[in-house]
Amino acid sequence: MKLTKLSPKILTLLALALLVIIAPMFFPSSFYYRIGALIFINGLAVIGLVILVGYAGQISLGHAGFVGIGAYSCALAPEHLGISPVLAVFLGAFLSGLLAWLVGRPILRLRGHYLAVATLGFGILIYMVLSNEAQWTGGPDGMAVQATGLKALLKSMGFKVSASEMWYWIAAVVMMIGALIALNLHTSPTGRALRSLHDSEVAAGTVGVNVANYKLSAFVISAIYTSVSGSELALMNRFISPDVAGFLHSVELLTMTVLGGAATVFGAVIGAAILTSLPQVLTVLHDFEHIVLGLIMMLVMIFMREGLVPSLAKILRRRPK
Amino acid sequence: MTLLTVEDLSIEFGGLKAVDGVNFNVEAGKIVSVIGPNGAGKTTLFNMLSGLYTPSRGRVTLAGKDVTNQPPYKLARLGMSRTFQNLQIFLQMSVLENVMAGCHLTEGRHIVTDLLGLPASGRRTRQSMKDALGLLERIGLQSHATDEASGLSYGALKRLEIARALAVRPQLLLLDEPAAGCNAVETEEIDHLIAEIAAEGVAILLVEHDMKLVMKISDHVIVLDQGMKITEGLPTEVAQNPKVIEAYLGVKATEEVHNALG
Ligand SMILES: Nc1ncnc2c1ncn2[C@@H]1O[C@H](COP(=O)(O)OP(=O)(O)O)[C@@H](O)[C@H]1O
Ligand SMILES: [Mg+2]
Repeated sequence: MKLTKLSPKILTLLALALLVIIAPMFFPSSFYYRIGALIFINGLAVIGLVILVGYAGQISLGHAGFVGIGAYSCALAPEHLGISPVLAVFLGAFLSGLLAWLVGRPILRLRGHYLAVATLGFGILIYMVLSNEAQWTGGPDGMAVQATGLKALLKSMGFKVSASEMWYWIAAVVMMIGALIALNLHTSPTGRALRSLHDSEVAAGTVGVNVANYKLSAFVISAIYTSVSGSELALMNRFISPDVAGFLHSVELLTMTVLGGAATVFGAVIGAAILTSLPQVLTVLHDFEHIVLGLIMMLVMIFMREGLVPSLAKILRRRPK
Repeated sequence: MTLLTVEDLSIEFGGLKAVDGVNFNVEAGKIVSVIGPNGAGKTTLFNMLSGLYTPSRGRVTLAGKDVTNQPPYKLARLGMSRTFQNLQIFLQMSVLENVMAGCHLTEGRHIVTDLLGLPASGRRTRQSMKDALGLLERIGLQSHATDEASGLSYGALKRLEIARALAVRPQLLLLDEPAAGCNAVETEEIDHLIAEIAAEGVAILLVEHDMKLVMKISDHVIVLDQGMKITEGLPTEVAQNPKVIEAYLGVKATEEVHNALG
Protein backbone atom coordinates (compact mmCIF):
# COMPACT_ATOMS: atom_id res chain seq x y z
CA MET A 1 0.00 0.00 0.00
CA LYS A 2 1.30 3.43 -0.87
CA LEU A 3 1.66 5.82 2.04
CA THR A 4 -0.21 8.60 0.26
CA LYS A 5 -3.23 6.33 -0.11
CA LEU A 6 -3.79 6.39 3.64
CA SER A 7 -6.22 8.92 4.99
CA PRO A 8 -4.77 11.92 6.84
CA LYS A 9 -6.41 10.57 9.98
CA ILE A 10 -4.58 7.23 9.86
CA LEU A 11 -1.33 8.94 8.84
CA THR A 12 -1.47 11.31 11.79
CA LEU A 13 -2.26 8.54 14.25
CA LEU A 14 0.54 6.37 12.86
CA ALA A 15 3.03 9.23 13.04
CA LEU A 16 2.03 10.03 16.62
CA ALA A 17 2.22 6.36 17.67
CA LEU A 18 5.68 6.05 16.14
CA LEU A 19 6.80 9.21 17.90
CA VAL A 20 5.51 7.92 21.22
CA ILE A 21 7.16 4.50 20.86
CA ILE A 22 10.47 5.53 19.33
CA ALA A 23 11.25 8.60 21.47
CA PRO A 24 12.12 6.62 24.66
CA MET A 25 14.86 4.76 22.76
CA PHE A 26 16.78 8.02 22.69
CA PHE A 27 16.17 9.01 26.30
CA PRO A 28 19.55 9.17 28.12
CA SER A 29 17.85 9.25 31.54
CA SER A 30 14.47 8.84 33.13
CA PHE A 31 14.24 12.63 33.43
CA TYR A 32 13.35 12.68 29.74
CA TYR A 33 10.26 10.58 30.36
CA ARG A 34 9.01 13.45 32.46
CA ILE A 35 9.56 15.94 29.65
CA GLY A 36 7.89 13.53 27.25
CA ALA A 37 4.88 13.27 29.56
CA LEU A 38 4.72 17.06 29.80
CA ILE A 39 4.77 17.31 26.01
CA PHE A 40 1.83 14.91 25.70
CA ILE A 41 -0.10 16.64 28.48
CA ASN A 42 0.37 20.01 26.81
CA GLY A 43 -0.30 18.33 23.47
CA LEU A 44 -3.72 17.23 24.69
CA ALA A 45 -4.65 20.78 25.71
CA VAL A 46 -3.36 22.12 22.40
CA ILE A 47 -5.41 19.57 20.43
CA GLY A 48 -8.42 20.96 22.29
CA LEU A 49 -7.43 24.45 21.20
CA VAL A 50 -7.02 23.24 17.62
CA ILE A 51 -10.74 22.37 17.70
CA LEU A 52 -11.59 25.85 19.00
CA VAL A 53 -9.05 27.95 17.10
CA GLY A 54 -8.15 25.89 14.06
CA TYR A 55 -11.50 24.31 13.27
CA ALA A 56 -14.03 26.88 14.53
CA GLY A 57 -11.87 30.01 14.18
CA GLN A 58 -12.52 31.34 17.68
CA ILE A 59 -9.87 32.56 20.10
CA SER A 60 -9.37 32.07 23.82
CA LEU A 61 -6.82 33.74 26.04
CA GLY A 62 -8.30 32.11 29.12
CA HIS A 63 -8.15 28.38 28.53
CA ALA A 64 -5.62 27.87 31.31
CA GLY A 65 -8.60 28.56 33.56
CA PHE A 66 -9.90 25.13 32.55
CA VAL A 67 -6.45 23.63 33.21
CA GLY A 68 -6.86 25.05 36.70
CA ILE A 69 -10.32 23.55 37.15
CA GLY A 70 -9.12 20.14 36.01
CA ALA A 71 -6.06 20.31 38.24
CA TYR A 72 -7.82 21.53 41.38
CA SER A 73 -10.64 19.03 40.92
CA CYS A 74 -8.04 16.30 41.31
CA ALA A 75 -6.54 18.06 44.30
CA LEU A 76 -9.76 18.95 46.13
CA ALA A 77 -12.33 16.28 45.30
CA PRO A 78 -10.39 13.33 46.80
CA GLU A 79 -9.79 15.33 49.97
CA HIS A 80 -13.28 16.77 50.49
CA LEU A 81 -15.58 14.40 48.64
CA GLY A 82 -13.61 11.26 49.19
CA ILE A 83 -13.70 10.21 45.53
CA SER A 84 -10.65 8.67 43.91
CA PRO A 85 -8.23 11.02 42.12
CA VAL A 86 -8.84 9.21 38.82
CA LEU A 87 -12.59 9.75 39.12
CA ALA A 88 -11.89 13.39 39.91
CA VAL A 89 -10.54 13.76 36.36
CA PHE A 90 -14.06 13.14 35.07
CA LEU A 91 -15.58 15.45 37.66
CA GLY A 92 -13.17 18.20 36.59
CA ALA A 93 -13.98 17.59 32.92
CA PHE A 94 -17.69 17.80 33.69
CA LEU A 95 -17.29 21.02 35.69
CA SER A 96 -15.14 22.59 32.99
CA GLY A 97 -17.62 21.64 30.30
CA LEU A 98 -20.49 23.04 32.32
CA LEU A 99 -18.68 26.27 33.09
CA ALA A 100 -17.64 26.65 29.44
CA TRP A 101 -21.24 26.18 28.44
CA LEU A 102 -22.45 28.84 30.89
CA VAL A 103 -19.70 31.36 30.17
CA GLY A 104 -19.55 30.62 26.45
CA ARG A 105 -23.12 31.65 25.77
CA PRO A 106 -22.62 35.37 26.39
CA ILE A 107 -18.88 35.50 25.57
CA LEU A 108 -18.98 33.84 22.17
CA ARG A 109 -21.27 36.53 20.79
CA LEU A 110 -18.11 38.62 20.73
CA ARG A 111 -15.59 38.40 17.95
CA GLY A 112 -11.86 38.91 17.43
CA HIS A 113 -10.24 41.28 19.91
CA TYR A 114 -13.37 41.50 22.02
CA LEU A 115 -13.55 37.74 22.40
CA ALA A 116 -9.83 37.67 23.24
CA VAL A 117 -10.30 40.22 26.03
CA ALA A 118 -13.42 38.54 27.42
CA THR A 119 -11.77 35.10 27.59
CA LEU A 120 -8.70 36.75 29.10
CA GLY A 121 -10.94 38.14 31.84
CA PHE A 122 -12.47 34.73 32.40
CA GLY A 123 -9.03 33.13 32.83
CA ILE A 124 -7.92 35.80 35.25
CA LEU A 125 -11.10 35.30 37.26
CA ILE A 126 -10.39 31.58 37.72
CA TYR A 127 -6.79 32.34 38.62
CA MET A 128 -7.91 34.87 41.23
CA VAL A 129 -10.37 32.46 42.80
CA LEU A 130 -7.71 29.74 43.00
CA SER A 131 -5.11 32.00 44.57
CA ASN A 132 -7.48 33.88 46.92
CA GLU A 133 -9.51 31.01 48.37
CA ALA A 134 -6.51 29.98 50.46
CA GLN A 135 -8.51 27.95 52.98
CA TRP A 136 -9.44 25.57 50.15
CA THR A 137 -6.61 25.83 47.66
CA GLY A 138 -3.63 26.76 49.80
CA GLY A 139 -3.52 30.08 47.96
CA PRO A 140 -0.57 31.08 45.77
CA ASP A 141 1.65 28.48 47.47
CA GLY A 142 -0.42 25.69 46.00
CA MET A 143 -1.36 22.35 47.50
CA ALA A 144 -0.42 18.70 47.49
CA VAL A 145 -2.37 16.15 45.45
CA GLN A 146 -3.14 12.62 46.62
CA ALA A 147 -1.44 9.75 44.87
CA THR A 148 -3.50 7.91 42.29
CA GLY A 149 -2.38 4.55 43.58
CA LEU A 150 -1.68 3.52 39.98
CA LYS A 151 2.00 2.98 40.61
CA ALA A 152 1.33 0.78 43.63
CA LEU A 153 -1.21 -1.13 41.59
CA LEU A 154 1.32 -1.73 38.83
CA LYS A 155 3.88 -2.83 41.39
CA SER A 156 1.48 -5.33 42.92
CA MET A 157 0.99 -6.74 39.44
CA GLY A 158 4.70 -7.21 39.11
CA PHE A 159 5.56 -4.15 36.91
CA LYS A 160 8.26 -1.97 38.38
CA VAL A 161 8.26 1.36 36.59
CA SER A 162 9.31 4.83 37.66
CA ALA A 163 6.57 7.43 38.11
CA SER A 164 7.93 9.40 35.15
CA GLU A 165 7.86 6.34 32.94
CA MET A 166 4.31 5.50 33.97
CA TRP A 167 3.10 9.03 33.29
CA TYR A 168 4.85 9.05 29.95
CA TRP A 169 2.68 6.16 28.79
CA ILE A 170 -0.51 7.39 30.45
CA ALA A 171 -0.15 10.86 28.94
CA ALA A 172 0.67 9.32 25.56
CA VAL A 173 -2.43 7.13 25.54
CA VAL A 174 -4.71 9.94 26.68
CA MET A 175 -3.26 12.24 24.04
CA MET A 176 -3.73 9.60 21.34
CA ILE A 177 -7.37 9.25 22.33
CA GLY A 178 -7.72 13.03 22.20
CA ALA A 179 -6.08 13.05 18.77
CA LEU A 180 -8.38 10.30 17.50
CA ILE A 181 -11.47 12.21 18.63
CA ALA A 182 -10.27 15.47 17.08
CA LEU A 183 -9.43 13.69 13.82
CA ASN A 184 -12.85 11.98 13.78
CA LEU A 185 -14.39 15.40 14.19
CA HIS A 186 -12.41 17.04 11.40
CA THR A 187 -13.96 15.13 8.51
CA SER A 188 -17.38 14.65 10.12
CA PRO A 189 -20.55 16.70 9.51
CA THR A 190 -20.02 18.53 12.80
CA GLY A 191 -16.40 19.24 11.86
CA ARG A 192 -17.46 20.72 8.53
CA ALA A 193 -19.99 22.92 10.29
CA LEU A 194 -17.27 24.18 12.66
CA ARG A 195 -14.82 24.76 9.84
CA SER A 196 -17.47 26.56 7.81
CA LEU A 197 -17.94 29.17 10.49
CA HIS A 198 -14.16 29.56 10.66
CA ASP A 199 -14.15 30.75 7.04
CA SER A 200 -17.46 32.63 6.83
CA GLU A 201 -20.01 32.89 9.61
CA VAL A 202 -22.38 34.53 7.16
CA ALA A 203 -22.21 31.68 4.67
CA ALA A 204 -22.34 29.08 7.46
CA GLY A 205 -25.62 30.59 8.62
CA THR A 206 -27.14 30.54 5.17
CA VAL A 207 -26.46 26.81 4.77
CA GLY A 208 -28.30 26.20 8.03
CA VAL A 209 -25.50 26.13 10.61
CA ASN A 210 -26.65 27.45 13.98
CA VAL A 211 -23.51 29.54 14.40
CA ALA A 212 -23.91 30.37 18.11
CA ASN A 213 -24.55 26.73 19.05
CA TYR A 214 -21.62 25.35 17.10
CA LYS A 215 -19.24 27.94 18.55
CA LEU A 216 -20.44 26.93 21.98
CA SER A 217 -19.90 23.24 21.21
CA ALA A 218 -16.31 23.92 20.16
CA PHE A 219 -15.76 25.96 23.32
CA VAL A 220 -17.11 23.21 25.57
CA ILE A 221 -15.17 20.43 23.82
CA SER A 222 -11.91 22.38 24.00
CA ALA A 223 -12.55 23.18 27.67
CA ILE A 224 -12.88 19.46 28.42
CA TYR A 225 -9.60 18.66 26.65
CA THR A 226 -7.82 21.40 28.56
CA SER A 227 -9.34 20.32 31.85
CA VAL A 228 -8.13 16.73 31.42
CA SER A 229 -4.63 18.02 30.70
CA GLY A 230 -4.77 20.00 33.96
CA SER A 231 -5.88 16.89 35.86
CA GLU A 232 -2.99 14.88 34.44
CA LEU A 233 -0.59 17.63 35.42
CA ALA A 234 -1.85 17.64 39.00
CA LEU A 235 -1.79 13.86 39.32
CA MET A 236 1.67 13.54 37.82
CA ASN A 237 3.27 16.34 39.83
CA ARG A 238 1.40 15.41 43.04
CA PHE A 239 1.30 19.14 43.61
CA ILE A 240 -0.54 22.07 42.08
CA SER A 241 -0.37 25.87 42.26
CA PRO A 242 -2.62 28.55 40.70
CA ASP A 243 0.05 29.35 38.09
CA VAL A 244 -1.28 26.55 35.85
CA ALA A 245 -4.45 28.61 35.50
CA GLY A 246 -2.54 31.84 34.87
CA PHE A 247 -2.50 34.11 31.88
CA LEU A 248 1.01 33.02 30.89
CA HIS A 249 -0.08 29.42 30.60
CA SER A 250 -3.03 30.44 28.40
CA VAL A 251 -0.67 32.33 26.13
CA GLU A 252 1.75 29.42 26.11
CA LEU A 253 -0.98 26.99 25.00
CA LEU A 254 -2.21 29.36 22.31
CA THR A 255 1.35 29.90 21.07
CA MET A 256 1.85 26.13 20.80
CA THR A 257 -1.37 25.93 18.80
CA VAL A 258 -0.40 28.61 16.32
CA LEU A 259 3.27 27.61 16.09
CA GLY A 260 2.53 24.04 15.05
CA GLY A 261 -0.30 25.06 12.72
CA ALA A 262 -3.64 25.91 14.26
CA ALA A 263 -5.70 23.66 12.03
CA THR A 264 -3.88 20.33 12.38
CA VAL A 265 -3.74 17.78 15.17
CA PHE A 266 -0.21 16.77 14.25
CA GLY A 267 0.82 20.42 14.33
CA ALA A 268 -0.63 20.69 17.82
CA VAL A 269 1.67 17.97 19.11
CA ILE A 270 4.70 19.41 17.31
CA GLY A 271 3.93 22.88 18.71
CA ALA A 272 3.62 21.41 22.19
CA ALA A 273 6.82 19.41 21.75
CA ILE A 274 8.85 22.41 20.61
CA LEU A 275 7.67 24.88 23.23
CA THR A 276 7.85 22.32 26.04
CA SER A 277 11.31 20.96 25.24
CA LEU A 278 13.03 24.01 23.76
CA PRO A 279 13.32 25.89 27.08
CA GLN A 280 15.06 22.81 28.49
CA VAL A 281 17.44 22.64 25.55
CA LEU A 282 18.07 26.37 25.49
CA THR A 283 19.14 26.51 29.13
CA VAL A 284 22.69 26.08 27.78
CA LEU A 285 22.31 29.60 26.41
CA HIS A 286 21.73 30.91 29.92
CA ASP A 287 20.50 34.50 29.76
CA PHE A 288 19.78 34.34 26.05
CA GLU A 289 17.28 31.51 26.39
CA HIS A 290 14.16 33.65 26.20
CA ILE A 291 15.54 35.86 23.47
CA VAL A 292 16.25 32.86 21.24
CA LEU A 293 12.85 31.36 21.99
CA GLY A 294 11.10 34.62 21.12
CA LEU A 295 13.16 34.95 17.96
CA ILE A 296 12.26 31.44 16.79
CA MET A 297 8.58 32.16 17.34
CA MET A 298 8.77 35.43 15.42
CA LEU A 299 10.59 33.84 12.51
CA VAL A 300 8.09 31.01 12.24
CA MET A 301 5.20 33.46 12.21
CA ILE A 302 6.87 35.71 9.62
CA PHE A 303 7.95 32.97 7.23
CA MET A 304 5.43 30.22 7.97
CA ARG A 305 2.23 31.98 8.80
CA GLU A 306 0.14 28.84 8.70
CA GLY A 307 2.39 27.26 11.32
CA LEU A 308 5.22 24.76 11.07
CA VAL A 309 3.43 21.58 10.03
CA PRO A 310 1.15 22.94 7.27
CA SER A 311 3.96 25.10 5.84
CA LEU A 312 6.47 22.25 5.77
CA ALA A 313 3.87 19.92 4.27
CA LYS A 314 3.31 22.43 1.47
CA ILE A 315 7.03 22.75 0.77
CA LEU A 316 7.37 18.96 0.63
CA ARG A 317 4.41 18.63 -1.71
CA ARG A 318 5.80 21.27 -4.03
CA ARG A 319 9.08 19.38 -4.48
CA PRO A 320 9.23 17.50 -7.79
CA LYS A 321 8.64 13.79 -7.24
CA MET B 1 -48.65 29.56 -5.28
CA THR B 2 -47.00 32.53 -3.61
CA LEU B 3 -43.79 31.43 -1.93
CA LEU B 4 -42.37 34.73 -0.77
CA THR B 5 -44.26 37.88 0.15
CA VAL B 6 -42.40 41.09 0.90
CA GLU B 7 -44.42 43.92 2.43
CA ASP B 8 -43.27 47.48 3.06
CA LEU B 9 -39.71 46.28 3.67
CA SER B 10 -37.40 49.10 4.74
CA ILE B 11 -34.02 49.68 6.35
CA GLU B 12 -32.01 52.78 7.19
CA PHE B 13 -28.29 53.20 7.72
CA GLY B 14 -27.78 56.38 9.72
CA GLY B 15 -30.48 58.33 7.91
CA LEU B 16 -29.83 56.75 4.51
CA LYS B 17 -32.92 54.87 3.39
CA ALA B 18 -31.16 52.00 1.65
CA VAL B 19 -34.42 50.12 1.08
CA ASP B 20 -37.69 52.00 1.41
CA GLY B 21 -41.17 50.45 1.50
CA VAL B 22 -40.59 47.67 -1.00
CA ASN B 23 -43.43 45.24 -1.83
CA PHE B 24 -43.43 42.21 -4.12
CA ASN B 25 -44.26 38.51 -4.38
CA VAL B 26 -42.34 35.55 -5.71
CA GLU B 27 -44.31 32.59 -7.05
CA ALA B 28 -43.00 29.05 -6.69
CA GLY B 29 -40.82 27.97 -9.58
CA LYS B 30 -40.57 31.44 -11.15
CA ILE B 31 -37.51 33.53 -11.92
CA VAL B 32 -37.90 37.03 -10.55
CA SER B 33 -35.13 39.54 -11.22
CA VAL B 34 -34.33 42.62 -9.20
CA ILE B 35 -32.56 45.25 -11.25
CA GLY B 36 -31.42 48.78 -10.56
CA PRO B 37 -28.28 50.93 -10.66
CA ASN B 38 -25.38 50.41 -8.26
CA GLY B 39 -26.33 51.39 -4.74
CA ALA B 40 -30.06 50.94 -5.45
CA GLY B 41 -30.36 48.62 -2.45
CA LYS B 42 -30.50 45.21 -4.15
CA THR B 43 -27.89 43.51 -1.97
CA THR B 44 -29.34 45.18 1.12
CA LEU B 45 -32.74 43.78 0.18
CA PHE B 46 -31.20 40.31 -0.11
CA ASN B 47 -29.46 40.73 3.23
CA MET B 48 -32.77 41.50 4.90
CA LEU B 49 -34.57 38.62 3.19
CA SER B 50 -31.86 36.16 4.26
CA GLY B 51 -31.80 37.34 7.86
CA LEU B 52 -28.42 39.10 7.87
CA TYR B 53 -29.86 42.59 8.35
CA THR B 54 -32.79 43.47 10.60
CA PRO B 55 -35.36 45.54 8.72
CA SER B 56 -36.50 48.74 10.42
CA ARG B 57 -39.98 48.23 9.02
CA GLY B 58 -42.00 45.70 7.04
CA ARG B 59 -42.68 42.01 6.83
CA VAL B 60 -41.34 38.97 5.03
CA THR B 61 -43.50 35.86 4.63
CA LEU B 62 -41.99 32.60 3.40
CA ALA B 63 -44.31 29.71 2.52
CA GLY B 64 -47.05 31.23 4.66
CA LYS B 65 -44.84 31.83 7.73
CA ASP B 66 -43.86 35.25 9.01
CA VAL B 67 -40.06 35.07 8.92
CA THR B 68 -39.19 38.71 9.55
CA ASN B 69 -36.14 38.88 11.89
CA GLN B 70 -35.48 35.15 11.70
CA PRO B 71 -31.77 34.20 11.81
CA PRO B 72 -30.22 32.83 8.60
CA TYR B 73 -30.03 29.24 9.80
CA LYS B 74 -33.77 29.12 10.48
CA LEU B 75 -34.50 30.55 7.04
CA ALA B 76 -32.33 27.82 5.55
CA ARG B 77 -34.50 25.25 7.34
CA LEU B 78 -37.56 26.87 5.82
CA GLY B 79 -36.10 26.45 2.35
CA MET B 80 -34.19 29.62 1.56
CA SER B 81 -30.58 29.71 0.43
CA ARG B 82 -28.44 32.27 -1.34
CA THR B 83 -25.17 33.23 -2.97
CA PHE B 84 -23.17 36.39 -2.38
CA GLN B 85 -22.10 39.25 -4.60
CA ASN B 86 -18.84 39.37 -2.65
CA LEU B 87 -17.95 35.69 -2.55
CA GLN B 88 -18.30 33.89 0.77
CA ILE B 89 -16.42 30.70 -0.02
CA PHE B 90 -15.02 28.39 2.67
CA LEU B 91 -11.46 29.00 1.53
CA GLN B 92 -9.77 26.47 3.81
CA MET B 93 -11.87 23.63 2.46
CA SER B 94 -11.65 21.67 -0.73
CA VAL B 95 -14.07 22.36 -3.57
CA LEU B 96 -16.03 19.22 -2.67
CA GLU B 97 -16.15 20.09 1.04
CA ASN B 98 -17.60 23.50 0.22
CA VAL B 99 -20.60 21.82 -1.35
CA MET B 100 -20.73 19.17 1.39
CA ALA B 101 -20.94 21.99 3.93
CA GLY B 102 -24.15 22.95 2.15
CA CYS B 103 -25.57 19.53 3.05
CA HIS B 104 -25.55 20.48 6.75
CA LEU B 105 -29.32 20.31 7.18
CA THR B 106 -29.70 16.83 5.74
CA GLU B 107 -26.77 15.65 7.87
CA GLY B 108 -28.33 16.89 11.09
CA ARG B 109 -26.65 17.59 14.41
CA HIS B 110 -25.08 14.50 16.01
CA ILE B 111 -22.03 15.78 17.83
CA VAL B 112 -21.24 12.74 19.98
CA THR B 113 -21.59 10.34 17.04
CA ASP B 114 -19.17 12.53 15.11
CA LEU B 115 -16.64 12.83 17.95
CA LEU B 116 -16.57 9.06 18.43
CA GLY B 117 -16.40 8.44 14.70
CA LEU B 118 -19.28 5.96 14.84
CA PRO B 119 -20.35 4.31 11.58
CA ALA B 120 -23.40 6.58 11.33
CA SER B 121 -21.06 9.57 11.14
CA GLY B 122 -19.23 8.11 8.15
CA ARG B 123 -22.53 7.20 6.49
CA ARG B 124 -23.77 10.77 6.69
CA THR B 125 -20.51 12.06 5.30
CA ARG B 126 -20.56 9.58 2.41
CA GLN B 127 -24.15 10.53 1.55
CA SER B 128 -23.20 14.22 1.50
CA MET B 129 -20.19 13.42 -0.63
CA LYS B 130 -22.39 11.65 -3.14
CA ASP B 131 -24.87 14.53 -3.26
CA ALA B 132 -22.07 17.10 -3.49
CA LEU B 133 -20.32 15.25 -6.33
CA GLY B 134 -23.60 15.25 -8.24
CA LEU B 135 -23.88 19.00 -7.81
CA LEU B 136 -20.25 19.55 -8.81
CA GLU B 137 -20.91 17.60 -11.97
CA ARG B 138 -23.83 19.87 -12.66
CA ILE B 139 -21.68 22.99 -12.50
CA GLY B 140 -18.83 21.32 -14.37
CA LEU B 141 -16.34 21.28 -11.49
CA GLN B 142 -16.24 17.54 -10.74
CA SER B 143 -12.64 17.31 -11.94
CA HIS B 144 -11.67 19.93 -9.32
CA ALA B 145 -13.40 18.18 -6.41
CA THR B 146 -10.28 17.63 -4.33
CA ASP B 147 -8.61 20.96 -5.20
CA GLU B 148 -8.39 23.69 -2.62
CA ALA B 149 -11.27 26.08 -3.18
CA SER B 150 -8.88 29.04 -2.98
CA GLY B 151 -7.27 27.93 -6.24
CA LEU B 152 -10.39 28.23 -8.41
CA SER B 153 -11.03 31.02 -10.90
CA TYR B 154 -13.54 33.73 -10.06
CA GLY B 155 -16.15 32.36 -12.43
CA ALA B 156 -15.74 28.86 -10.99
CA LEU B 157 -16.15 30.19 -7.45
CA LYS B 158 -19.39 31.89 -8.48
CA ARG B 159 -20.71 28.55 -9.70
CA LEU B 160 -19.39 26.80 -6.61
CA GLU B 161 -21.53 29.12 -4.48
CA ILE B 162 -24.56 28.13 -6.53
CA ALA B 163 -23.79 24.44 -6.00
CA ARG B 164 -23.40 25.00 -2.26
CA ALA B 165 -26.70 26.88 -2.13
CA LEU B 166 -28.40 24.06 -4.06
CA ALA B 167 -27.06 21.51 -1.55
CA VAL B 168 -29.38 23.17 0.98
CA ARG B 169 -32.23 21.91 -1.25
CA PRO B 170 -33.98 25.27 -1.31
CA GLN B 171 -37.45 26.18 -2.44
CA LEU B 172 -36.27 29.73 -2.91
CA LEU B 173 -32.79 30.61 -4.16
CA LEU B 174 -31.39 34.14 -3.95
CA LEU B 175 -28.62 34.82 -6.47
CA ASP B 176 -26.71 38.09 -6.08
CA GLU B 177 -24.97 38.89 -9.38
CA PRO B 178 -24.05 35.29 -10.25
CA ALA B 179 -22.62 36.29 -13.63
CA ALA B 180 -20.62 39.34 -12.49
CA GLY B 181 -17.02 39.06 -13.62
CA CYS B 182 -17.73 36.03 -15.78
CA ASN B 183 -16.85 35.82 -19.44
CA ALA B 184 -19.43 35.24 -22.16
CA VAL B 185 -19.09 31.45 -22.07
CA GLU B 186 -19.39 31.31 -18.30
CA THR B 187 -22.38 33.66 -18.38
CA GLU B 188 -24.05 31.37 -20.89
CA GLU B 189 -23.43 28.38 -18.57
CA ILE B 190 -24.89 30.22 -15.59
CA ASP B 191 -27.86 31.24 -17.70
CA HIS B 192 -28.58 27.56 -18.52
CA LEU B 193 -28.02 26.53 -14.93
CA ILE B 194 -30.52 29.06 -13.58
CA ALA B 195 -33.16 28.06 -16.12
CA GLU B 196 -32.62 24.41 -15.23
CA ILE B 197 -32.96 25.05 -11.50
CA ALA B 198 -36.18 26.98 -12.03
CA ALA B 199 -37.52 24.21 -14.24
CA GLU B 200 -37.15 21.88 -11.27
CA GLY B 201 -39.59 24.04 -9.34
CA VAL B 202 -37.18 26.19 -7.33
CA ALA B 203 -38.17 29.87 -7.19
CA ILE B 204 -35.29 32.19 -8.01
CA LEU B 205 -34.77 35.77 -6.97
CA LEU B 206 -31.99 37.13 -9.13
CA VAL B 207 -29.91 40.28 -9.01
CA GLU B 208 -27.97 40.69 -12.22
CA HIS B 209 -26.44 43.49 -14.24
CA ASP B 210 -26.24 41.54 -17.47
CA MET B 211 -29.43 42.83 -19.09
CA LYS B 212 -29.35 40.28 -21.84
CA LEU B 213 -29.42 37.52 -19.26
CA VAL B 214 -32.12 39.19 -17.18
CA MET B 215 -34.45 39.88 -20.09
CA LYS B 216 -34.02 36.41 -21.47
CA ILE B 217 -34.67 34.26 -18.41
CA SER B 218 -36.88 36.32 -16.08
CA ASP B 219 -40.58 35.70 -15.62
CA HIS B 220 -40.93 38.94 -13.76
CA VAL B 221 -38.71 41.98 -13.19
CA ILE B 222 -38.64 44.38 -10.25
CA VAL B 223 -36.87 47.70 -10.64
CA LEU B 224 -35.27 49.41 -7.64
CA ASP B 225 -33.87 52.91 -7.60
CA GLN B 226 -32.54 54.63 -4.49
CA GLY B 227 -34.13 52.03 -2.26
CA MET B 228 -37.61 52.29 -3.80
CA LYS B 229 -39.40 50.03 -6.22
CA ILE B 230 -40.15 52.19 -9.24
CA THR B 231 -41.95 49.55 -11.25
CA GLU B 232 -42.37 45.85 -11.84
CA GLY B 233 -43.76 43.62 -14.55
CA LEU B 234 -42.87 41.40 -17.45
CA PRO B 235 -39.37 41.93 -18.87
CA THR B 236 -40.81 43.52 -22.02
CA GLU B 237 -43.03 45.89 -20.04
CA VAL B 238 -40.24 46.96 -17.75
CA ALA B 239 -37.83 47.53 -20.60
CA GLN B 240 -40.25 49.91 -22.22
CA ASN B 241 -41.19 51.83 -19.08
CA PRO B 242 -39.88 55.40 -19.48
CA LYS B 243 -39.17 55.70 -15.75
CA VAL B 244 -36.89 52.69 -15.93
CA ILE B 245 -35.11 53.92 -19.01
CA GLU B 246 -34.52 57.25 -17.34
CA ALA B 247 -33.48 55.94 -13.93
CA TYR B 248 -31.41 53.03 -14.92
CA LEU B 249 -31.13 51.65 -18.36
CA GLY B 250 -29.94 54.66 -20.29
CA VAL B 251 -29.77 54.75 -24.07
CA LYS B 252 -27.01 52.22 -24.52
CA ALA B 253 -28.57 49.60 -22.28
CA THR B 254 -31.96 50.12 -23.91
CA GLU B 255 -30.42 49.18 -27.22
CA GLU B 256 -28.93 46.13 -25.62
CA VAL B 257 -32.34 45.09 -24.34
CA HIS B 258 -33.98 45.54 -27.71
CA ASN B 259 -31.23 43.50 -29.31
CA ALA B 260 -31.71 40.83 -26.68
CA LEU B 261 -35.41 40.70 -27.30
CA GLY B 262 -34.69 40.52 -31.01
N1 LIG C 1 -24.03 47.71 6.27
C1 LIG C 1 -24.22 48.92 5.70
N2 LIG C 1 -23.97 50.05 6.39
C2 LIG C 1 -24.16 51.26 5.83
N3 LIG C 1 -24.60 51.45 4.59
C3 LIG C 1 -24.87 50.37 3.83
C4 LIG C 1 -24.69 49.04 4.35
N4 LIG C 1 -25.04 48.15 3.38
C5 LIG C 1 -25.41 48.89 2.32
N5 LIG C 1 -25.32 50.22 2.58
C6 LIG C 1 -25.68 51.31 1.67
O1 LIG C 1 -26.95 51.02 1.15
C7 LIG C 1 -27.02 51.41 -0.21
C8 LIG C 1 -27.44 50.24 -1.05
O2 LIG C 1 -26.34 49.34 -1.18
P1 LIG C 1 -26.47 47.93 -1.88
O3 LIG C 1 -27.65 47.24 -1.35
O4 LIG C 1 -25.17 47.23 -1.74
O5 LIG C 1 -26.69 48.33 -3.40
P2 LIG C 1 -26.72 47.40 -4.71
O6 LIG C 1 -26.54 45.99 -4.29
O7 LIG C 1 -28.06 47.67 -5.31
O8 LIG C 1 -25.62 47.90 -5.59
C9 LIG C 1 -25.67 51.98 -0.59
O9 LIG C 1 -25.73 53.38 -0.51
C10 LIG C 1 -24.76 51.39 0.46
O10 LIG C 1 -23.68 52.24 0.70
MG1 LIG D 1 -25.10 44.61 -4.76
